[in-house]
Amino acid sequence: MTPAAIRGEVLDILENIAPDEDLDSLQDDVSFREQLEMDSMDFLDIVMELRKRHRIQIPEEDYGQLASMASTVEYLTPLMKDI
Amino acid sequence: MYDTIIIGAGMSGLAAGIRLAYYDQRVCVLERHYTIGGLNSFYRLRGRDYDVGLHAVTNFTPKGTKKGPFARLLRQLRFRWDDFTLAPQIGSAIRFPGLELQFNNDIGLLESQIAARFPHEKDRFQQLLRELVDYDDLQQEHFNMSARQVLSQTLRDPLLIEALLCPLMWYGNPCERDMAFGQFCIMFRSIFLEGFARPFRGVRPILRNLVKRFRSLGGELRLRSGVNQIVVQDGRAVGVVLDDGQQIEARRILSSAGYVETMRLCDDVSCVRTDQAGQLSFVESISILDKQPAELGYDRTIVFFNDSDRFHWQTPHEDLCDVRTGVICSPNNYAYDPSDGQLPDGVIRITALASFERWTSLAEEPYRLEKLHWYDRLAESAVRFMPDYRAHVIDTDMFTPSTIRRFTWHDNGAVYGAPEKRLDGTTHLENVFLCGTDQGFVGIIGSIVSGISIANQHCLKD
Repeated sequence: MTPAAIRGEVLDILENIAPDEDLDSLQDDVSFREQLEMDSMDFLDIVMELRKRHRIQIPEEDYGQLASMASTVEYLTPLMKDI
Repeated sequence: MYDTIIIGAGMSGLAAGIRLAYYDQRVCVLERHYTIGGLNSFYRLRGRDYDVGLHAVTNFTPKGTKKGPFARLLRQLRFRWDDFTLAPQIGSAIRFPGLELQFNNDIGLLESQIAARFPHEKDRFQQLLRELVDYDDLQQEHFNMSARQVLSQTLRDPLLIEALLCPLMWYGNPCERDMAFGQFCIMFRSIFLEGFARPFRGVRPILRNLVKRFRSLGGELRLRSGVNQIVVQDGRAVGVVLDDGQQIEARRILSSAGYVETMRLCDDVSCVRTDQAGQLSFVESISILDKQPAELGYDRTIVFFNDSDRFHWQTPHEDLCDVRTGVICSPNNYAYDPSDGQLPDGVIRITALASFERWTSLAEEPYRLEKLHWYDRLAESAVRFMPDYRAHVIDTDMFTPSTIRRFTWHDNGAVYGAPEKRLDGTTHLENVFLCGTDQGFVGIIGSIVSGISIANQHCLKD
């Protein structure tokens, strides 16, 4: 997957987690926590969705990499390049 | 072989089931009763629909709110705000002799009421608001503090302290007399800072949404399937035996039966500390009226009343019920969507403290007579704090601690669970966990969040 495709995939996951949220105005460099008031349960969900959809395992110590869209895409790019 | 067996198809069990089934676990929810809902079930009687527990959904926050338990459960269970079809309350009140404090879903009203009635407490009430602990910051240590002690250090007027404790204890305090400070913070937030709402059709659409979602994800729900035993081998649960002798294997068990009730099921536990079970139980009278309550001059959503300056929150031992304090609820008095209109009947529900021991020791005939007697006593007590509706009653029903026990299987017909919460949801067995009223939050949204958080913490990470 290209970084653009990964971004689309993460966006899809976020839409799934927060169907009432308007994600068109999401800023890639601002943390999810700040923009969407996401908490640790929501971050667990991003991890679980990636596992469910793509069999990607993300160790707990790496959850911090998923802070914003930009850092998430950067973190996932090597992990998802062959998908 | 299931990944997880969940005991109890109430709010917490179904919510946990959704989480686990969503992430592809093989999940089975086992329910002893012939219908779902547990403490928040429903029934039909003489052509009318009734809810069992629901007065109000607490923890209500408006659409678009991102924080708080309601927003969290929507995200975690992938529901839209509109799926819950919640209509906000019109307005509620705390009524003591010579005192009324009104409140609604905007804390500003309670603040101004307190400023008007207790001007000397205005600033100290603001101080109390600042001292409240947020849901996620609650630790066991907060729970062990006395709410009465914290309140008496912050506020001066004992009447204001009693008046604030009254609704908060009524809607979720499992302890007699005092309240754990942690539980106080939870209840304060859920009632005063968030608020009350109700779906036009009561608890049914909430349960229907949960079950539909659970099943669509491949979850299995078995009614009339009471768990008789949790089979333990070498310090691990390996499965359950149902009342009919059927054995089911599972890698882990999540129980909403209550702590004491769950321990009793474990075949490695020989002595169960029944004194740790919840004690507080209620009677409730339900009156169907030939008019809308507002037409009789009663427009409040919920009224918490107490007939003296001191609020007594304890199991009555001398009598079947204690009617000095109570809750009056009218499901008509919500701001329903105009397209829904108004409920077909006027309804008044009145709740009072009751003795499980006394109600369950009655034989059939005296039980029936006492129900009639206490229906009248409850009404008599309540009309001191509301317009007299008794000439307009066209049908009635009443439930007692025996009813609650029969349908929930909770010891003592306890409604708010054990006094000591097990916030981490663990037990002496590494693969048996607790959710529901004995784990932490109470109320509809609270129990759903309980199921979600225990499923997340203990059942998803492997």
